[in-house]
Amino acid sequence: MMSLLSLTLTSSLILIPLIISKKQGLKLEADILVGTIRAVLQLALVGFILKVVFGINDWKLTLAILLVMIFNAAFNGAKRGKGIPGIFPLVIFAISSSTAFTLLILVSVKALSFQPAEVIPVGGMIIGNSMIACSLTTNRLREEIKTKKLEIEARLALGATPSQAVKDPIRLAIRTGMIPTTDTMKTLGIVQLPGMMTGLILAGTNPMEAIKYQLMVMFMLSAAVSISCMILGFLLGRKFFNAAFQLNDNLL
Amino acid sequence: MLKLEKVSVNLGTSKILDKINLEIPANKITTIIGPSGAGKSTLLRLFNRLVSPAEGKITFKGKNIEEVDVIQLRNRVGMVFQLPVLFPGTVLDNLSYGPSLKGVREDDYALYCLKLVGLDKSFAEKDVSSLSGGEQQRVSLARTLANKPEVLLLDEPTSALDPASTEHIEKTICQLKSSLNLTIIWITHDLNQAKRVSDYVVFLAGGKVIEAGTKEQLFSNPKEKLTKLFLAGQLAEKRRDNP
Repeated sequence: MMSLLSLTLTSSLILIPLIISKKQGLKLEADILVGTIRAVLQLALVGFILKVVFGINDWKLTLAILLVMIFNAAFNGAKRGKGIPGIFPLVIFAISSSTAFTLLILVSVKALSFQPAEVIPVGGMIIGNSMIACSLTTNRLREEIKTKKLEIEARLALGATPSQAVKDPIRLAIRTGMIPTTDTMKTLGIVQLPGMMTGLILAGTNPMEAIKYQLMVMFMLSAAVSISCMILGFLLGRKFFNAAFQLNDNLL
Repeated sequence: MLKLEKVSVNLGTSKILDKINLEIPANKITTIIGPSGAGKSTLLRLFNRLVSPAEGKITFKGKNIEEVDVIQLRNRVGMVFQLPVLFPGTVLDNLSYGPSLKGVREDDYALYCLKLVGLDKSFAEKDVSSLSGGEQQRVSLARTLANKPEVLLLDEPTSALDPASTEHIEKTICQLKSSLNLTIIWITHDLNQAKRVSDYVVFLAGGKVIEAGTKEQLFSNPKEKLTKLFLAGQLAEKRRDNP
């Protein structure tokens, strides 16, 4: 266990970037200070809430917290799709589907038990990763449709439906959304020990046990990310067209 | 064949096309000429519903095109764009694209279309990236023909080609009119090309049809002052962003 004194002493490490920023004129001092204070306050608040929630151990409250997390994640994830009609509910749908499906599997094979102390942090990882995947997918899809506008119109002119006309852009967008997860999987343990595993080991868990959890996390994240990207990619592709199967230029 | 009645198209607050009345005759080549920014491309895109009018009515063989299934309409009214935009893959992949959307695979007809545009069988398996500009545009034409359209919309198909390829495509299209019984609507900025290929000519400027008639009428005996100016090359180009 780390004492509060040790933690306070480690916070002096923040002085290093502050001094460098000042000396080099990076003008990052304000950002670093605000970032540090926000991190301390937010995490303290979350720690406090989690402690209370874990104590109450009520499935309705657990579910409510997951929903709040999904809502926040979708709000952030939908920013990339500004202007696309119905983007927010679509992202909510994509993230909740991936979260529900993956958590259900984990709980039903007894990798996790449905307790706030297990479901909330793991759910948070799923939701966070799905959010990034949704942002990347949306961004890439819009870019692809923009750059391939002529090709898409040529396909429409040959009698393609919107879904058929954007098949390639959707494929690329889904791929892009999944890249961070697949890349992380490939370098896992070689480049860095993932945060979760490091945490477990520091907290005294046997490394073999920690690895089991880490593998579970990787499996669940690849499932979650691919589910969100697929759902979002396929539903989003159509949003760039109107009822007469014309490309909606305003969205590009 | 195709008829426009009081058709207007807006882009934001500006009028691209203003109350157009026009009738396109069947089995003829109708060219659309006019300065850039006149609304030629927009007019062409109305016929296969890549653009919808803000007001007015468009009919195809007497039927309002908004009541025809849009996929079916685009199969019957094919379009060739200024740039060939071929899809990645082989020539045959491109020719099979339209039919494959309907779940049909007709390699023989695809090869026949290739022959119609003057390319032999050996091209079928070539990768599209290995073709010259002229060959690409011919493949793009064949790809549209593979859908067995009744109407062919051409948006300056030769403007990016060298004179030899242009001549070849022109001849091919004129032959197609009779061999496939096609109605052709052809945008061109090249007045000599319009003189060579047209049966009918439509002169468009500032989003309005200024004059329309047979090739002889329009080129030898234009009635409108604007037409005379344009044919003499004296009409200042009016751009959309600078009206």
